[in-house]
Amino acid sequence: MNNNSYLKNAAIEGLLTEMAQDIRSRLDTAQISDPAMIGIHTGGAWLAERLHQGLAIGSPLGTLDISFYRDDFTRIGMNPEVKPSHIPFPVEDRHIILVDDVLHTGRTIRAAMNEIFDYGRPASIMLVSLVERSGRELPIQADVVGIHTPLDADQHITLSGPEPLALTINQGGRNARKDCTT
Amino acid sequence: MTPSDIQLQADGRLRHFLTIDGLDRRLLTDILDTAESFTGVSERTIKKVPLLRGKVICNLFFENSTRTRTTFEVAAKRLSADVLNLNISTSATTKGETLLDTLRNLEAMHVDMFVVRHADSGAAHFIARHAAPHVSVINAGDGRHAHPTQAMLDMFTIRRNKGDFTGLRVAIVGDILHSRVARSQILALNTLGTSEVRVIAPRTLLPADCRSLGVHVFHDLEQGIRDVDVIIMLRLQKERMRGALLPSEHEYFQLYGLTETRLRQARDDAIVMHPGPINRGVEMDSQVADGPRSVILQQVSFGIAIRMAVMSMALGSQAGGQA
Amino acid sequence: MNHPDSLSILNGRVIDPANGIDQVTDLHLAQGRILALGPAPAGFVPGRTIDASGLVVCPGLVDLSARTREPGQEYKATLHSETLAAARGGITTLCCPPDTDPVIDTPAMVTLVRKRAQRLGNARVLPIGALTRGLAGEQLSEMASLQAAGAVALSNAERPLANTLVARRALEYAATFGIRVLLRPEDRHLRDDGCAHEGPVATRLGLPGIPEAAETVAVARDLALAEQTGCHIHFRGLSTATAVRKLVHAQSQRLPVTADVAIHQLHLTEMDLEGFDSNCHVNPPLRSLTDRDTLRDGVAESIISAICSDHQPHDPDAKEAPFPATAPGISGLESLLPLTLKLVDEGVLGLVDAIARLTCGPADILGLPHGRLSPGTEADICLFDPDSHWILRREDLTSAGHNTPFHGWEFRGRVTHTLFEGRIVYQA
Repeated sequence: MNNNSYLKNAAIEGLLTEMAQDIRSRLDTAQISDPAMIGIHTGGAWLAERLHQGLAIGSPLGTLDISFYRDDFTRIGMNPEVKPSHIPFPVEDRHIILVDDVLHTGRTIRAAMNEIFDYGRPASIMLVSLVERSGRELPIQADVVGIHTPLDADQHITLSGPEPLALTINQGGRNARKDCTT
Repeated sequence: MTPSDIQLQADGRLRHFLTIDGLDRRLLTDILDTAESFTGVSERTIKKVPLLRGKVICNLFFENSTRTRTTFEVAAKRLSADVLNLNISTSATTKGETLLDTLRNLEAMHVDMFVVRHADSGAAHFIARHAAPHVSVINAGDGRHAHPTQAMLDMFTIRRNKGDFTGLRVAIVGDILHSRVARSQILALNTLGTSEVRVIAPRTLLPADCRSLGVHVFHDLEQGIRDVDVIIMLRLQKERMRGALLPSEHEYFQLYGLTETRLRQARDDAIVMHPGPINRGVEMDSQVADGPRSVILQQVSFGIAIRMAVMSMALGSQAGGQA
Repeated sequence: MNHPDSLSILNGRVIDPANGIDQVTDLHLAQGRILALGPAPAGFVPGRTIDASGLVVCPGLVDLSARTREPGQEYKATLHSETLAAARGGITTLCCPPDTDPVIDTPAMVTLVRKRAQRLGNARVLPIGALTRGLAGEQLSEMASLQAAGAVALSNAERPLANTLVARRALEYAATFGIRVLLRPEDRHLRDDGCAHEGPVATRLGLPGIPEAAETVAVARDLALAEQTGCHIHFRGLSTATAVRKLVHAQSQRLPVTADVAIHQLHLTEMDLEGFDSNCHVNPPLRSLTDRDTLRDGVAESIISAICSDHQPHDPDAKEAPFPATAPGISGLESLLPLTLKLVDEGVLGLVDAIARLTCGPADILGLPHGRLSPGTEADICLFDPDSHWILRREDLTSAGHNTPFHGWEFRGRVTHTLFEGRIVYQA
């Protein structure tokens, strides 16, 4: 029994359903008919798979690994377990739905946007995040959020998966998470 | 200093890439895996990632080589690094500036990494020993000693085509004696767990105590390539005829040249590799060079990804952060 | 009677292999010569005494090959710095090879070197003259004149004679005057541009190799010439087991052949080249463990009757480059005795024999009166503390050359006093 368990699979699926509805209504309002979706490895990609299916998005799902765009390479170095980014559609003039698991400092999203722009110039980017927590260091905000979670600086919330999905909160200093600045 | 002492940081990460000697299987695999992630970059519209932006990489080439220098330059630029190219011909060094002085002058220009090619074995080690603490050195070929990035791109090519190394039989054909590529390949193949590594050459082109490198020695090409999965052909330099090592290119081709007919001795799905540039009609005929088994062009494209991997791993290890 | 410059060395373990002496006793000197061993002669009152309790007292060491770099390469070292270093190492006689600049192929050069060393007064420097003019290996040098000027032997230094006819004639001409010839056995062509022993280490490091045959072919050739001509030859610096075996055979056939080995060949091997350590770049190269062990056997059995330093001091630039581009040679005067004592510690040979290889062994090869404590001979004496533990550091070397692979080595046995012609030229 994980004492730090915050949300389990069923609850997360529930949130995803609500988020999908939110996304659908925003797309309709903005009259976007053919969006493309990109999930950020690893957690964002798991969530994006479900949302992609739930929203029946026509374009194939894209995945992004932001390791080469991080702003902390000079502090952390190379990680050999980088998964290649895979964007199987043209980015130019597309409306992109960018999916991540936890929005914290905002640096991952900054890196992701830089990377997306290296593929082309999108028409718009809608940011979707399962968790939005306190601790923003850059002027980044999510358009669609599953759950807002205020946390202390030494607390961390992580998504595990891909099956079952679970959110856990851990106490302690910056640990050796591979993608620690989110 | 052992080869691993000088190449690795205290935490085991790669600081210099001088030789395969002293590096373990895990590290070599990390290099291959990191290169895998970089292959995608070349297929994008913007073939760049900002990983090494602001870093200065100096190509310090004491031996002429447009090919190798260009691939290192492309690799550095794809990582958004700034590149300095220094071709130091022998006439410049006879002006009296020692290698050490050259190095100090360049370090004063805030170079973060040296990619070194030199005619003397041990030159890259020498530069690494004298480099400032934050500087990394990549060996682009020193004398007959090592050419580790070439060996790694060859390993990458083999892994892409054959999967795992265990169970593989690999044959290296040609001037092993003078070849830094062969020495690095043999080390890499053995460290990665290759079943059997063979060398095929006349006695004059084999180094003393060749078997101590961990190879089976053959003097007959067809026997040597029987049932192998990978054939690596080495380039034959013209000087070998002058040095009384071989009578002629003609006889060499007669005995050791790879032709379609001879290739049948190998397995049906065997691949043919060559570090380039090929001497058609000496190492192999055009049918083989351009044939379906040849993966020579793949090797060239993988060269950039491997060099990107090694450069970013080495400069990344200077961070002093956690893995 | 109060003899001038009289000195007594008391209570030391006097080891003089030439005279079969190994006992704790006293040694008395006067006027720069050995006066007596044992009790002082009647009426002898020494002006000075040295308490040698716990020390070994032996003849000053005789080094068959030590380069002082003067004249011509004073940026590397000088007679001054190197004779001081020799004194610190207990060496009182050094033989310097003829490859100075200019070459020692004229009587004037022989005199220059001898006299300059004499004026400095730290050690005896005996020039080895060139066997051929300019060391070019083509024309004979004026051997008789060189001998008359004081050259103790002749050699072709590191430039072995390629032309066998010239080699034969040089040997025969030298033999006419009873001049000893020191030969570096090396076939220039087989040596090619090699810089390391042709073996598994050079193969792995990609260093051009010098095959064993480069030495053994030359040894076989020179032995054949010795047999043909009846000339005495001395091999200056063996490195291979095969050469030792050939030497054993030649000596059993009563050929007048001797040999020496550089002390570093008895300790280091090709394995020490790991990491491209240029301090281990030497010529002949460091070879295999088998070669080293056979050389050790040869020394123990006195097939090889002399150990020398093969001292080659270098300026830092000469060693600060990629391995093949560095100059070969070790600065070895100050490690000659300690490394030889290490052989004793490792059980290779006994202390008396070890001292013989450094004293009467080399002296006898050149027919010199030195290397012994016989009454009447010049008082060249070395005192060392056999139990003193110390660590060699290159920055502590007196030699101008700091190129040594023995930096950081622990030694047992250290020179405390060196006397040259009865004068104390070094004291710890």
